[in-house]
Amino acid sequence: MEDSDSLAVARAKAGDGDAYRLLVDRHSRSVFRLAYRMTGNEQDSEDVVQETFLRAYKQLQRYEARSSFATWLYRIAANYSLDLVRRRKRHGEVSLGDARPEEDAPEMVHTIPSRDPAPDRLVFSGRVQEQVARTLDELSRQERTAFVLRHFEGQSIEEISGALGLSQNAAKHSIFRAVQKLRRALEPLVTQ
Amino acid sequence: MNHLSEEQLVLYYYGEAGPDGVEDHLGRCESCRGSYQALQRVLNSVDSFPVPERPAEYEAQVWRALEGKVARGRSRAWFAWKPLLAAATMAALVAGAFFAGHRWQRRDARAAADPQVRERVLLVAVGDHLERSQMVLLELANAGAPKSGALDISYEQRAAEDLIESNRLYRATAASAGDVATTSLLDDLERVLLEIAHSPSSVSGKQLEALRKEIEDRGILVKVKLFGDQVEQKEAAPQNAPSL
Repeated sequence: MEDSDSLAVARAKAGDGDAYRLLVDRHSRSVFRLAYRMTGNEQDSEDVVQETFLRAYKQLQRYEARSSFATWLYRIAANYSLDLVRRRKRHGEVSLGDARPEEDAPEMVHTIPSRDPAPDRLVFSGRVQEQVARTLDELSRQERTAFVLRHFEGQSIEEISGALGLSQNAAKHSIFRAVQKLRRALEPLVTQ
Repeated sequence: MNHLSEEQLVLYYYGEAGPDGVEDHLGRCESCRGSYQALQRVLNSVDSFPVPERPAEYEAQVWRALEGKVARGRSRAWFAWKPLLAAATMAALVAGAFFAGHRWQRRDARAAADPQVRERVLLVAVGDHLERSQMVLLELANAGAPKSGALDISYEQRAAEDLIESNRLYRATAASAGDVATTSLLDDLERVLLEIAHSPSSVSGKQLEALRKEIEDRGILVKVKLFGDQVEQKEAAPQNAPSL
């Protein structure tokens, strides 16, 4: 994917509109997922998708493949999401609680994907989802952004610090704080 | 035996632990292994956070909405106007609230709400203004140095020019309100924005480095972040919100 992204970027830089469409096709869903994890709001996430691809198009000439195209794109999306959430919160327009599943949502059963060679295969209910959403909502903006980029997008601490204009230490501690809060909220549920 | 810290376990979970023997320790220490397994359960459960599915034709929908702007090269103008419009609206609100505050003070000494309204409007307006400024500064701070030739920063320049106008108004308003800290921050920011606006629209690696140094030396990104945190705290306690 990375190699073919590089090719598409090179073609798009040379003015090939179809090549940029290819990049939009490849990454719009993942940008939406990132935006939703950041904002917890569907409409805001759609705005983030549009704005991210517009900004990326405008700045394409300066993309130099030091990081993958996807990482570069997610940095734009994360910063814009952060900006949007700040503005919405400041204006009191939206609560990230919009992301919470409904109280009466049907119980959903998930098998958690494995991350470990000898993973625990656990079954989780809608109650866990609800608590995850609530806890993410309670994180500070910086904690949420750093955590989402690390946990869901697999970005390194170095990449996160660059994306958010933080020192590596500050990025690391934002992730630690987020994990601590999630642990406090979720441990009683998942260790039952 | 020293046990592993939670931070070491988190770094190990994300594959960022250095070569400090975490794995060996986990193999030997039942207590740490238990802690790590508890952490794994929590972090694995986070993956259950639901994201709404997009329709099958989602990519086509996104492209349809983008196509016109991209194809006709209108994205630049679209970007340039959006923050400008927002800044102008906010600037008008701040000015309105500021002058209205003065009138209320003259007309009715009981209008206790006016300084609060003024501070609230200024708080929101300056916060938004700083966020837009931060985006421009971050773009420059993160831009890759051109390997050869020059880097086009004309978009950031245009954005900086727009921001300078609103910055001046907010600075004057903060100064009139006797808010020294905000005035000083906006003063610093204005110098950096002017530096960007007055740079060539295409910069060499050396010129880009000089701009970055200016941003770094003034510590403007850190100050803006700190200010944002303070604003957030004040907003969380609106009853006791002191002046900016």
